Amino acid sequence: MELTGIAAYLVSFFTFVGIYSVLALGLNMQWGLTGQFNIGIAGFFAIGAYTSAILTTSETTRHLGGFDQPFLVGLAGAVAASALLGLAVGWITARLRTDYLAIATIGIAETLRLVIANEGWLTNGVRGVSGIQRPLDGTFQALGLGSGLGSLLVVLVFVGIAYFFAERARCSPWGRVLRAVRENEPATEAAGKNVGRFRLEAFVVGAGIMGLGGGLYAHHFGFLSPEAFLPLYGTFLVWVMLIAGGSGNNKGALLGAVVIWIIWSGSEFVMRGVLPEGYGGHAGPLRVILIGVLLQVILITRPEGLLPEKAPRDIGKGAGRRES
Amino acid sequence: MYTLIELMQLSIYGIVLGSILTLGAIGVSMIFGILRFAHFAHGDLLTVGAYCGLGFLSLTGAPVWFALPAGMAGAAVVAVLVDQAVYRQIRRTQPVILLISSFGMGLIIRSVVQVIWGPDVYSYPGGIQRPWQIWELSIIPNHVWILLAAVVLVALLHLFLTRTRLGKAMRAMSDNMDLALVTGIPAERVIMITWIIGGALAAGAGVLLGMDSRLTPMMGWSTLLPIFAAAIVGGIGRPYGAIAGGMLIGLAMEISTLFIDPSYKLAVAFVIMVAVLIVRPHGILKGAW
Repeated sequence: MELTGIAAYLVSFFTFVGIYSVLALGLNMQWGLTGQFNIGIAGFFAIGAYTSAILTTSETTRHLGGFDQPFLVGLAGAVAASALLGLAVGWITARLRTDYLAIATIGIAETLRLVIANEGWLTNGVRGVSGIQRPLDGTFQALGLGSGLGSLLVVLVFVGIAYFFAERARCSPWGRVLRAVRENEPATEAAGKNVGRFRLEAFVVGAGIMGLGGGLYAHHFGFLSPEAFLPLYGTFLVWVMLIAGGSGNNKGALLGAVVIWIIWSGSEFVMRGVLPEGYGGHAGPLRVILIGVLLQVILITRPEGLLPEKAPRDIGKGAGRRES
Repeated sequence: MYTLIELMQLSIYGIVLGSILTLGAIGVSMIFGILRFAHFAHGDLLTVGAYCGLGFLSLTGAPVWFALPAGMAGAAVVAVLVDQAVYRQIRRTQPVILLISSFGMGLIIRSVVQVIWGPDVYSYPGGIQRPWQIWELSIIPNHVWILLAAVVLVALLHLFLTRTRLGKAMRAMSDNMDLALVTGIPAERVIMITWIIGGALAAGAGVLLGMDSRLTPMMGWSTLLPIFAAAIVGGIGRPYGAIAGGMLIGLAMEISTLFIDPSYKLAVAFVIMVAVLIVRPHGILKGAW
């Protein structure tokens, strides 16, 4: 009994690590490679989650829906909606300095959260969307796997796909231009690259990946409410993950997701054990302080993260090695 | 006729909100001018100020107006401490790293407030005030005091910036950093004064906001977006523009409630900000401070 409890906990643990890995990969595309500052990750996460939920749920009077589409259509919708939002934000802020992008993204995220909380016809407001199906539930049941394990497998497959494409993009000439934009914009411009266009492309691709993370979250968790998309969970943790892991490095994004999620969820147990009776209410803020201080320490002492960025191998050799 | 009265009533609320936003936006603008980054923990300095004022009142039992100097002192100390402990260490890297750091710092400050005072809602002593009826308008006495306090604080800042050596040094650093440093302006001292003034003004905004409504750990964070909007509309890096920006955003947010759901006030500030960014990326006012 005890053992199955731990197993179930581990399954759910790694599913969340997987979802956060996808978000961190998306952020790595925007910040790590291109140097674009998005602190409205929660907004892209939310629009992906709600799009997929609305597309796949069956007829209900509580929110817009009844499209009853399969899981993959939902995910595709999530990616498309989030990328579209990224296009709008990126287009507006393309020619402005990065601080404006930061402010604009947080504005989008907060405004979206207001819309989600207030437009009941669309999202059922604060009462939330429920009854979102887990993918391939029946198939996994037939194979004798629990739906939690099935969900984990699906998430891991998409982490793999996202990682594969993010890594290919990083090593490609396209990725090289992105790093050039990050390091020296005027020089890139002088080399004849359309800087605005490359930045917009990276921002849209990153937003799409974040939308994928949102869709995966919706189908794993089965329930969505505006609470889940507060800046703390949706944005801050992802940033700490990428910076701790090593921005610019896709492996770092994955490692950061694992490490920070261990610290974040582990701190819950520690707080429960350490805090005296009656101080349980302090556990939440104390955990946030812990992660926040950790971020500051990393920024001061090791800003390159656990796995510093490495220049990709020569593209010809790299591609050849993968295909052999 | 009826809507005219309503419009005037909302304009009063708008000016009160605008004066609170102005105090926050001046700090954001000054910090941007000197240190070249958008300070994302600024909203939480508001919160710290409001709660420090509350703490002082409940410790001493002083009249409610003492919350203002107490809160300003508290937030100025917090701002300087945060700068010395964290921001100063990473100032040499790109400014954008400071932006990430300040975002995390905001969460830390908010959580510390929550640990000390708990998640409960507080309000300053004084209770509900009976509004004055002037013509068809009802004016809440506190609103008059809020506006007055904001005007006094802005006037003091103006005197500091134009009459003192340090104020002039600050303007010089914001205008042209290299030139200012070459002429021997003590950069670290100016930066510290910037944090003291920015923190104190933010706390002023926080205390006044607390008088207008209530104190919650989230009060500053949820005011951050309108404050940024005010700073950007006024031209970020230009404190005097922040006054115009604050008033415009405050008025727009309140008057918008005539037409749309009040819960979208925040979105109104955001939309104006985006519109200004598209049309006039350097703000509505021309020239430097």
